[in-house]
Amino acid sequence: MKRDRLRDHIVLILGAILMMGPIIVAFTTSTFDPVEIHREGMKLGWGGNFLETYKEVLFQKGGFSGEVTGALMTMNSLILGIGFAVGKIVVSMLAAYAIVYFRFPLGSFFFWVIFSTLLLPLEVRILPSYEVVQQLGLLNTYTGLILPLIASATGTFYFRQFFRSVPDELLEAARIDGAGPLRFFIDFLVPLSRTMIAAIFIIMFVVGWNQYLWPILITTDEHYFTLVRGIKQVLQTYIGANIPDYNEALAMAILAMLPPGLVVIVFQRMFIKGLVESEK
Amino acid sequence: MTEKTLVLTDVVKRYPNGALAVDRVNVDVNAGELVVFVGPSGCGKSTLLRMVAGLETVTDGSIELAGRVVNDLEPAERDIAMVFQNYALYPHMSVRKNLSYGLKNRGLPADEINRRVEEAAEILEIGAFLDRKPSQLSGGQRQRVAMGRAIVRHPAIFLFDEPLSNLDARLRNRMRVEIRKLQRRLNTAMIYVTHDQVEAMTLADRIVVLNGGRVEQIGSPAEVYGDPASTFVASFIGAPPMNLIEVGIEAGRAMRDGVALPLPPSHDGALPAKAIWGLRPERARVGDDGNGIPFTIDVVEELGASRLLHGRIGGAEFTLQQDASAPPPSQATTLLIDPRDVHLFDAETGKAL
Ligand SMILES: Nc1ncnc2c1ncn2[C@@H]1O[C@H](COP(=O)(O)OP(=O)(O)O)[C@@H](O)[C@H]1O
Ligand SMILES: [Mg+2]
Repeated sequence: MKRDRLRDHIVLILGAILMMGPIIVAFTTSTFDPVEIHREGMKLGWGGNFLETYKEVLFQKGGFSGEVTGALMTMNSLILGIGFAVGKIVVSMLAAYAIVYFRFPLGSFFFWVIFSTLLLPLEVRILPSYEVVQQLGLLNTYTGLILPLIASATGTFYFRQFFRSVPDELLEAARIDGAGPLRFFIDFLVPLSRTMIAAIFIIMFVVGWNQYLWPILITTDEHYFTLVRGIKQVLQTYIGANIPDYNEALAMAILAMLPPGLVVIVFQRMFIKGLVESEK
Repeated sequence: MTEKTLVLTDVVKRYPNGALAVDRVNVDVNAGELVVFVGPSGCGKSTLLRMVAGLETVTDGSIELAGRVVNDLEPAERDIAMVFQNYALYPHMSVRKNLSYGLKNRGLPADEINRRVEEAAEILEIGAFLDRKPSQLSGGQRQRVAMGRAIVRHPAIFLFDEPLSNLDARLRNRMRVEIRKLQRRLNTAMIYVTHDQVEAMTLADRIVVLNGGRVEQIGSPAEVYGDPASTFVASFIGAPPMNLIEVGIEAGRAMRDGVALPLPPSHDGALPAKAIWGLRPERARVGDDGNGIPFTIDVVEELGASRLLHGRIGGAEFTLQQDASAPPPSQATTLLIDPRDVHLFDAETGKAL
């Protein structure tokens, strides 16, 4: 028993080091001087340039217009991540609610239509999507960045499964208590789905945060650039005779990982709850 | 004439798949009366109750509650309160919120809501856990909360659908008594649905026996037990059930395998050639001096206070219930039967003759 625990822990620690290693190295390296990094490669240890580098990355104005800071890009990433996740949750909850609770013609047909869009990820339909967004005049807007992405077959599917597991008597008791369709949704389904919402929020936030291809297409104005794009930008801008600012690129990568990491850490208990149990 | 709380007239329910669940049911519930719908599983009890609640549409007929036809009203507009078999408590709300939710939706003022919740909590002794969630309650406590949610509404009628079937036997007996007391105290009409004839007998002012979507009999427990309208009622109500023996009627006597059985005194007139002869198990006595009807005993069951003797009269099975204090008879004995205790039913339709 004890030996087993010890062995388990060793395996876990080794696994953690393996997974965390690159991130730790990236972080330590980012605290060094770019020249030193260029000469000696990735470094472990403390370089002492932490504050300067991170302040520079966050607040140094850069880009062509000279107005883009790391903080602005973080903001944009947050807007994209949160808008993406919240939008997906709202849309898929409403879709699942309609499919499960309202008998409309071809209801299950529509469900399968939604479901089959799983076969058509963004990359497949990226040209027509771009065309639509462009014609709507939504290039270089947050709406154009987020709206085309928020339809979610996966989310709809999960919420549908969850709603179907809610006992009918609950709806009936609520009806007797005078709750109409809207009340039932807000007073019952939303709070009952709490853990489910948290789980989907985490996943979708991370996915939204890490979007790369779509933002590149939709936003050409630097003011809408996200952190994930910014990393590449840092390395590109300074190419030429200068040594690339490796430290800043790495710092930005670390910054880009922080919010999704935080979201996972904060929500993980609800996340696990959402996956294993259903409170009914 | 007593005031009627609920009048069901020729109520029919046909489900979209064609199943006829309720077939032309006529039932009244008087003010303050506790009516039990009883019948085997699938006989349409729940369907009928849910139609009264407004959870199922009415295919045909009319449902009149407190003087107005409610066929097309939403459940919330019907002045009913329902207790579900699985309680259907709101899992994410505290007990207090469970009770007050419906009142809030009705727009009652907060102090009135509080007053009613406190009142219900006191009646049901659930005051101590008003702030708990349903998941933190025992089965019996959840049951009380479910009743509390019904009480606070001050409805014209309570609708209970097998509310005790999720409890263990002891708690079930206790809650049964409590429900009866509660209903007396509130003096509100109630329909109570159960498949358990003991619950029906002990709770009801009047019993409605349902079979295959139709009403078999309506009457007080004593009437339904003592004067069953059909073989179905006779065998469904009472445990052990009534002995039913197919007999031929010959020259004013009921004959089974050469054994003559007594006929009820009111029935020496025109009887069909075949009939079903019925007698409650506790209505026969063991003959002491060899007189009476020969009875062969196969199995003896001791129940503590009483004893069941399973055996045969002629070729027909017969069960006798006797007091445990009576001396156990020998294997072959005789039975004494009072003709006034005998029931006769039509052999084809099963209706009482
Ligand atoms: N939603 C439904 N659709 C079709 N048939 C139903 C439905 N609900 C119940 N039934 C049928 O109606 C009959 C009566 O059901 P129910 O009222 O639930 O019986 P009980 O409560 O007496 O056990 C049964 O034969 C059942 O199969
Ligand atoms: Mg039922």
